[in-house]
Amino acid sequence: MKTYVAQRLVIALLTLLGMSVVIFVLLRLAPGDIVDILFSTAGYVSPSEKQAIMKELGMDRPYVVQYLDWLHQIVTGDLGKSYRYDLPAWEVIRPLVPVTLELAALSMIFAVLIGVPTGVVSAVRQDTTLDYALRVFSLAGLSMPAFWLGMVIILGLVSWFAWIPPLTYVSPTTNLKLHAIQFLLPALAVGYRSSALIMRITRSSLLEVMREDYIRTAWAKGQTGRIVIWRHALKNALLPVVTVIGIEFAFLIGGLVVTETVFNLPGVARFLVQAILWRDYPVVQNLVMFTAIVVIVSNLVVDMLYGVLDPRVRYGS
Amino acid sequence: MAVRPAAIAVPAGARLQPGAWTVVARFVRKKPLGAAGGALMLVMLVTAVFAERLQTHDPIATNAAYTLGQPNLEHLLGTDHLGRDIYSRIVHGARVSLVVGVASTLMGSVLGGIIGLLSGYIGGKTDLVTQRILDILQGLPLLVLALVMSAALGPSVQNVVIAISIPIIPRAARVIRSSVLSIREMQYVEAARALGVQHLRIAFRHILPNTMGPFIVLCTAQLGSAILVEATLSYLGLGVPEPYPSWGRMLSVSAAEYAQKAPHLVLFPGIAISLAVFSSNLLGDALRDTLDPRLRGS
Repeated sequence: MKTYVAQRLVIALLTLLGMSVVIFVLLRLAPGDIVDILFSTAGYVSPSEKQAIMKELGMDRPYVVQYLDWLHQIVTGDLGKSYRYDLPAWEVIRPLVPVTLELAALSMIFAVLIGVPTGVVSAVRQDTTLDYALRVFSLAGLSMPAFWLGMVIILGLVSWFAWIPPLTYVSPTTNLKLHAIQFLLPALAVGYRSSALIMRITRSSLLEVMREDYIRTAWAKGQTGRIVIWRHALKNALLPVVTVIGIEFAFLIGGLVVTETVFNLPGVARFLVQAILWRDYPVVQNLVMFTAIVVIVSNLVVDMLYGVLDPRVRYGS
Repeated sequence: MAVRPAAIAVPAGARLQPGAWTVVARFVRKKPLGAAGGALMLVMLVTAVFAERLQTHDPIATNAAYTLGQPNLEHLLGTDHLGRDIYSRIVHGARVSLVVGVASTLMGSVLGGIIGLLSGYIGGKTDLVTQRILDILQGLPLLVLALVMSAALGPSVQNVVIAISIPIIPRAARVIRSSVLSIREMQYVEAARALGVQHLRIAFRHILPNTMGPFIVLCTAQLGSAILVEATLSYLGLGVPEPYPSWGRMLSVSAAEYAQKAPHLVLFPGIAISLAVFSSNLLGDALRDTLDPRLRGS
């Protein structure tokens, strides 16, 4: 187990190092840079001034030096300086983190709350009309663009209830109820989309478990259907579902990017889009790197958890 | 599958396999939902090809006299904030979506497929290193990678295709590699090797055709997600540039401002995207069940 964990950690670190190279190179391919964008709004500025700004931002140095400098910053936990806001990047990002975390957690809860029960019902009623209906329902969620789902929810609220959700962020301390509504709606939109994968895995893995001997034994004992399914079968069927949640995380982030934009929530994901449009290198670099770290760590944790949950899984020897 | 008695008697070269129409008919009977998805994809294809004939107005001509118009006989799905006909724009948007979706899916799947084929066939250290490199690409969320890429490359149709296809590569490579790993060990491959057939020829002539099932399934499944990513990129202003009417850009922030006055501005393009993605997902699911027996019924 220990060697396995060590191996996984080394691989994870190497993967992150590779990602940092990919991210760095990708952002340097960009045709325009922040100086050009700042200038296009300010009108004409002399080339010498441009040089001065480039120097001030450290953009005149060779790429290798810039890259190593960035790596050093990441390792020491310094996230550099945002070109656009002229502030340390972390100061810009920090207030946005709780918003995204709250939205991600709520979305995940919705995804599980929608995905697991529909998956169970679909498996138990395999090949009935209800099964087909639930599968179409979940596939529909996967097919709708997250941003459109958000727009339709807002539109529905406006036209049926003549109620417009708050246009700016409401903090939980000023108005808890409004805050809850503001978060629950986008979380529902993201969660519904993410529930599709959970629903499928729950369904197929439950179908497999239901064929096992111990389930037949439980039926033979005269156990009621509800207990057999929810206590005996689901316990083992949920193992693959746990693994999926790791993969789901990457998918969820994609949903958050657009949903935060539609619902105008000041979160990290919306900020990422703005930073990309502004070519604010340090912010984009660090945010994408942060995303990569979150995805890799969550996959790692889930893999470890799998060994704990299922005693049959043994890592290495 | 029962072999027809007559087939045994006919000389070599006669067709033992059922004809194309029989296969399609069986698919429609066994997988009605998948067939419906396929039919919808066909409708989209026809729309994309004959967009000029199906349009009622010029999709990019503005009409200041009739902005945010409600749907009527003249404008079937109404007009947008610049007075452009939404129906005609959706018809042309099908072309953009399909071209970008198919091109990026094919590019990503073919590149990824070749990488997966070689990586799986060669095996050993090459395989290990390739897999780790693919891990790097797959670790980033698909949309984030596409976002950063399209921003870096600048707005143009080709760049959007590249941005969407790169995230598909690792996924395609995984699928093809896993089926190559099992095919590689089969006796007919061993026989080919014993006959002295060259490695590249074995990989491309003998192994590749047998990975077509998973490959087709992969392409159909990725097509839906490619269309969705294109719509999202265009919505955020990083996708297909003007003047091409793209479904995603029809929903962009500027359109959202008028949503209350004219809900059709938001509804119709979104329905078009959802239907396109939904039908390719339906078809992909049904094809997976049919072509990949390991996953049957799951």
